[in-house]
Parts: sequence; C-alpha cells; structure tokens
Amino acid sequence: MVRFRAASDQAVLVYLGDEIALAANERVLKLLRSLEKKPPKWLRNVQPAYCSLLVTFDAWQVAHEEVVGALREYEARSEKMRATKRKTVKIPVCYDEEFGPDLREVAALRGTTPEQVIQLHCSPIYHAYFLGFAPGFAYLGDLPEALATPRRESPRRRVSAGSVGIAGKQTAVYPFATPGGWRLLGRTPTKMFRAGRIPGPLISIGDAVKFHPISREEFFELERA
Amino acid sequence: MTLVVEKPGLLTTVQDLGRSGYGQLGVSPSGAADSVAMRLGNLLVGNPAGAAVLEMTLLGGSFLFPEGAVIALTGADFGASLDGCAVEMWTPHVVKPGMKLVLGGTKNYARCYLAVAGGIRVALFLGSAATHLMSGLGGFQGRALRKGDVLELGPRKKRMEPKKVSQAVLLHLKPRQKLRVTDGPQSELFSEEAKQAFFGEAFRVSEESDRLGVRLEGVNIPVYGAGEMITEGVTLGAVQITPSGQPIVLGVEQQTAGGYPKIANVIGADLHRLGQLRPRDEIRFQRTSLAVARALWIEQERLLNNPAQLFV
Repeated sequence: MVRFRAASDQAVLVYLGDEIALAANERVLKLLRSLEKKPPKWLRNVQPAYCSLLVTFDAWQVAHEEVVGALREYEARSEKMRATKRKTVKIPVCYDEEFGPDLREVAALRGTTPEQVIQLHCSPIYHAYFLGFAPGFAYLGDLPEALATPRRESPRRRVSAGSVGIAGKQTAVYPFATPGGWRLLGRTPTKMFRAGRIPGPLISIGDAVKFHPISREEFFELERA
Repeated sequence: MTLVVEKPGLLTTVQDLGRSGYGQLGVSPSGAADSVAMRLGNLLVGNPAGAAVLEMTLLGGSFLFPEGAVIALTGADFGASLDGCAVEMWTPHVVKPGMKLVLGGTKNYARCYLAVAGGIRVALFLGSAATHLMSGLGGFQGRALRKGDVLELGPRKKRMEPKKVSQAVLLHLKPRQKLRVTDGPQSELFSEEAKQAFFGEAFRVSEESDRLGVRLEGVNIPVYGAGEMITEGVTLGAVQITPSGQPIVLGVEQQTAGGYPKIANVIGADLHRLGQLRPRDEIRFQRTSLAVARALWIEQERLLNNPAQLFV
C-alpha cells in the first residue's frame, strides 16, 4: 500500500503505512535510501517519519503528477532493496532527580517505583524511527507498555539539552535546549548533535539505541571529558 | 572589510536562502523569512542572490562601517538613516569609511534586510550561513547579533551600477492581507463548519509569533477526529490547527515534523508575505488550486530572475 497526498504546492507526502510499526518504517527507510542513491534533479528535501516520507520538490521544474509518478517508480524499486545496516548507539543517562524532574510522577502514574521506571527504560533496544522536531532529535520506540505515559498537559518553556523524555510509547533525547512537553526521566552528558567540521547527529534513522544508568559523579566526569 | 554592531536591534541575525536537504537529520532549512526581499537586496549590491545578509525584526540596530561599504535595505521600512541622512530603500548606497547606519522601529512590516556588497562572511554550517536560533547553529556564533560584534565582509566588485527596484515590481511583491493557500494533507478531516470558519474569518497574529511559526488568534476551528494523528513531516507554510482550535503557520525555522492536523498550506508565491507578518496584523486565507499556485510561483521566479524587468 502506498498513498500520495499533496502537502503543499511544492511537496508531496508519501504514506507507506498507517501505524507506528517497524515494517512501515522499514519501507520509509528504503524509499529514503533509494532517493538518496539516485536523487532526482527536482528533489529539494526529504523528511522521513514513522510511516511517511515528505518530499519537497522544485516546482519550477516539475508538477505534482510528475513527482508522484517518479516516486511510484522509486518505491517499487526500493522494495527489492535489502534491509539497511544499523549501528548500535549506547547512551549513558543519569536518572538523578535534578535531571529527571518527572521520574517520580511517572512512577506514581504507572503504580511503580522510580527504580523500576529506570530499569524499564533501560531494558529495550530501541529503534530510531526518524529524526525530526529539532536537529538530531531521534524518535525512539517502542517504550515498554508499563511506561507509556501521555505528554505533560502544559509543555515546559525550556528543557535542558541532553534531557531524556518519554511521551506515549516513545522516548527521545533533547539535543538542544528547546521548549518540550515530554516527561523527563534523566539527562545524558553525551552530545546528540555535533556542530563541528563534519556536522551530524549521534543517532541516525534506523539505528538501534540502548540507555544505561550512570551516577551523578559519572555524569559530570563525562560532561567534562 | 568589516561591519561593527553598535546596537543589535530587537532580533538581528545572519541569514541566506537556508540549508535545504537535511530533513533526515531533523534540520529545517531556516534562512531569510522574506527570501524575496533578501534576494533583491543582494542583487542591488551586485551579490549573488543567495549571499548572506542581516535580517532585522521589528526594531533595527545601528551599524558602523569602518572601511566603508555598499549597502541596500529591502523588506520592511525601518526608517533608516546614514550619518543622519534618510536612506532610500530598494536601491544601493555607498557608505564612506566610518559612516554609521541607524535604523528605528518598523513603519510597515516585520522584517528589514541589510545587504552588503561582498556579503556577510561567516563559517558555513551544512552549506549555509543561515542562523538556526533554536539549536544555536549557523550564522554568527549561532545566535542573534549583540553590541560589539564585528562581522567580516566579503570582497566586493569594483564597479557598481546604480539601480532601483521598479515600483511595479514592488507593488506586485507587496505584502498583502490575504494569504493564498492550497489544501493541507488533512483538509478532508475537517468539517464544513471548520473550513467555513477558517476561510470566512479574519485572524490576528499573536505576540508569540517568531521565526518558528506565526501563531494566530481568532474564531475557534473545531478539530474533532482530526485532532489525533501520527507524527509526519511538515512543510514551510503549513497551517496546523492545535487542539485548542487556533492555527499556527509554520515559519522558516520550523520544526521538521509534527502531529497536528494541517488544514491548509501557504503557497510558495506568498511565503515571503508570511515572513513579513507582525504581531497584531490581521490576515485572511484564500483557497486556491495546486495548478494556480504553481503558475504563480513560476511567474514570480521568472520575475526574480529577470534583471531587465526588476530594476530601473
């Protein structure tokens, strides 16, 4: 199943599924890779998400119909592609109350203890569905059912860089200090987006991600390093 | 060659056409909110259209040019003066060494552009000089300019032809109260009542608007079943309806993905007008087709690439 929809006069949304699931996300990744491999001249930007890909094109060169036609072919070809290689990213997190102001509340909401919340959060190998919202912000899933918690009712005006949050069945690290509505469990001293000579995010789409707990002392030591 | 910031103004940043093509890293293009004014400014001083300029917001700053420069001001009128003499907009001016350019509060729209011959020189981040304020990347040290900042200018061409943007072109590109939109990807999830409210009523630009998005206040747009959806990529000019029923139109420094339903999308040919909206401005939305939107875009690009028609 593939559906196309005009997102704007210069963009098309390609839907490759209608749920947050690995199979649909794998199709998104494959289409992304096939576009990257041989980018059409009119391609301006691609924004992958859980089960969709937003394709922005140069309206000077092409109209929607041509873009949709070409994307259909890319999609058909991409089905034969092999699953993309993924790297494993390990992220140290300090779950101290100072860094995880919502840890106790999440434990209370889910009828468990903060220790159990930390253990649950560190147990899965998460899949990086896509990067969005802010540079290097990876949407990771799926959170254990026992941890699934809705967003805060009113978002914080400022969430510190490195904050680790959860929302619904997702978890993520805020790469930069931004406003944010996710419930914060802890913070990592690891930089999520390198701004240096070869800029890039720590986590890429499709990567496997694992969190592990560290102490305050280790946090500050790693932060200094 | 340098430009010294004596007063930064309310929010002054280095911008160009932005960095396109990094959506998979979560990086939005950023760049000038009114890219049309920015491009024209550059052309006036003999730069490539995409050279880095200064974007000022609502209140301009004062700038010194110790070694002189050739400058042009485009976009909103901030009542500029050069060593006390009023500066005409949309035309280049020679600044003698040591002269001071002073700008005030806006007289009409949100953003004024200062283009300097040779362009503003900063380290490029992902191929662009544009400041991305939220992440502190790009531009001059990833931030808005402050008092005392010294910006490098690029080398400029020896000869400068005096020219002016034609009145007809200015009239054609002028900000307007009605923004034209095409259907958004979730248009059909909205009820007839919601669409009538959206297209029938005027909205006021909220004080909380910025480069990330223009927040609007006005009649409540019911979302019903359209309220919950799977997060997907979002475009510049997307009109999201929040659960509270108020629209947010995404700006150049937009988040790259979002989970609010989109009722409409501002057409390419009106995006520069979106970038000129001020808090408390009133706007309306006018529905148009994809084909008309594309024709308008092509017409506008043709004009912007035709110096014979642009300048007198």
